[in-house]
Amino acid sequence: MGMEKHSIEKLKEIARDIRVSCIKMIAAAGSGHPGGSLSLAEIVTAFYFRLLRHDPKNPNWKDRDRFVLSKGHGVPALYAAMAYSGYFPVEQLMTLRQLGSPLQGHPDRARLPGIEASTGSLGQGLSIAQGIALATRIDGSDAMVYCVMGDGEIQEGQVWEAAMSVPMHKLDHVCAIIDWNKGQIDGQVKDVMNIEPIADKWKSFGWNVLEVDGHDLSEIIAAVESAKDNAKQKSGKPTLIVADTLKGKGVKFMEDGKNAWHGSAPNQEQTEAAINELLKGKV
Amino acid sequence: MSTKPVATRQIFGETLARIGEKYPEIVVLDADLSKSTKSELFAKKYPNRFFEMGISEANMIGVGAGLALSGKVPFICSFGAFVTGRFDQIRMSVSYAKARVRIVGTHAGVGIGEDGHSQMALEDLACMRTLPEMAVLQPGDDLETAAMVEELVHYPHPAYLRLTRQNVPRLHKEGTTFKIGKFQKISDGSDGVVFATGGVLSTAYEAIQALKQGGLSLELVNASSIKPLDETYLSQAIQKHKEIITIEDHYVIGGLGGAVAEYMAEHPGSRLHRIGVYDTFGQSGTPEDLYEHYGLSATKLKEQIQKIFR
Ligand SMILES: Cc1ncc(C[n+]2csc(CCOP(=O)(O)OP(=O)(O)O)c2C)c(N)n1
Repeated sequence: MGMEKHSIEKLKEIARDIRVSCIKMIAAAGSGHPGGSLSLAEIVTAFYFRLLRHDPKNPNWKDRDRFVLSKGHGVPALYAAMAYSGYFPVEQLMTLRQLGSPLQGHPDRARLPGIEASTGSLGQGLSIAQGIALATRIDGSDAMVYCVMGDGEIQEGQVWEAAMSVPMHKLDHVCAIIDWNKGQIDGQVKDVMNIEPIADKWKSFGWNVLEVDGHDLSEIIAAVESAKDNAKQKSGKPTLIVADTLKGKGVKFMEDGKNAWHGSAPNQEQTEAAINELLKGKV
Repeated sequence: MSTKPVATRQIFGETLARIGEKYPEIVVLDADLSKSTKSELFAKKYPNRFFEMGISEANMIGVGAGLALSGKVPFICSFGAFVTGRFDQIRMSVSYAKARVRIVGTHAGVGIGEDGHSQMALEDLACMRTLPEMAVLQPGDDLETAAMVEELVHYPHPAYLRLTRQNVPRLHKEGTTFKIGKFQKISDGSDGVVFATGGVLSTAYEAIQALKQGGLSLELVNASSIKPLDETYLSQAIQKHKEIITIEDHYVIGGLGGAVAEYMAEHPGSRLHRIGVYDTFGQSGTPEDLYEHYGLSATKLKEQIQKIFR
């Protein structure tokens, strides 16, 4: 379905609104993962408002592009993008993590139409994306299959099994994105379990690797468009986009480089400060 | 009881940090959850004997096995769901190899609350129970956790230690002697017996106190050693009581309820009532809401027990 084509300025506003929603939702729930949600704001905006071929009113549309959020704890950003693009009413965002809500703490495809994979145990999304990609190829669909992973997440061995397997099966309609925000829980990724050089590793596994500023909407869009071209031309190579991001992006005290905001909710005062900062910021 | 309720994971971390000096053979591994499993308390004190493995649980299990096979006493830590999720690594590298790895799984059951099903260990006891020689343990309070962690240093087989995220009150008396393979009686009763394990021991205790006021007298047992199961205690209980109840924050399939059901199928005589999570998924919610929803709160336990005796 063609989405209305928003200007980059408009997309920036949407990304900001998504950040504000993440803060509000997590504060209302009293728990959640602000750091790794905020780093995703431009990525989910670019996908849900520009890049995805999807129909929010028909989430099971056979030829839709698939978006798998493998780093499931970042789901508040995805929920906000889904709500703003029309999958469900925006008011429902505030039920995050409440008993019975379709907006589970981690994505649950059985409860929320539009969620492609139930995640939250890290390292599994890319394999699922591969399975979806094999199926769409068998079915003759030209859908793209996207998968967003965390940089800490790629420490999981299964990610590298999939990294080997996707190019082997020539799934050029798979496009994986790494939210390279440098943090995890026990510390910074380079100190906990170094994964660098990311681009070289994936290149050597047979991926077409692109590096972008993960907070620059134009760069994200250009990179994903080139992944789509690459699929259209049947290059046989999947694409990996390393998105250079900041954990906690947009809220100064959450951009601490210490992961204090990996998994804690802001109190009322912090919530107000965060929202003020986001709304005041130039978009 | 005078002490403040405390999470068993907290006591686990504190105990390791306390006994680390006495046992230089202890090494501790974690997979990017040391703040949550509380292994960081050991890490801070003995940085040379703590190994950060990153988000790589399968590798951590194998590394733990190698350390154990070389004379170390490794405690490998993560959420129960993630570590027991790597079942074949445990089955081969730990269990079959007879590697004395201490697998520590925190964040047991729906009691973890808002994070939801993906982070809740609900099948870990069932998985671990199937492995030969594997001890499967779930301490009921702070005193028992401390005793168990130290006993595990010497225990001759691999073991799985299941710990709570949430705080639990002290239910044992100071000076109690604990032993792997032995249940602990918390209170006497003549109408039936309740075996409870882990985070629900305290809600079971509350329910039983409330029922006592209504004239129903139930024995309460802390079934912390799910394997080896305390068959001596069980066989005596079956002789004494007609109604046997198990309570756990885990699937009734394969958990404490499963273990007792297996025993009672071969030693019939009383009726078994299993209370726990029934063949369904966990979900997000406050721990309190979830305990209500899944029937594990004191109020809900009381109702379910009353039905049994109606
Ligand atoms: C298999 C598994 N192990 C551990 C966890 C606990 N956990 C949740 S988030 C996280 C850190 C993730 O780091 P990263 O992928 O870099 O995400 P971000 O920094 O963007 O939040 C961990 C270890 C998990 N969810 N799944």
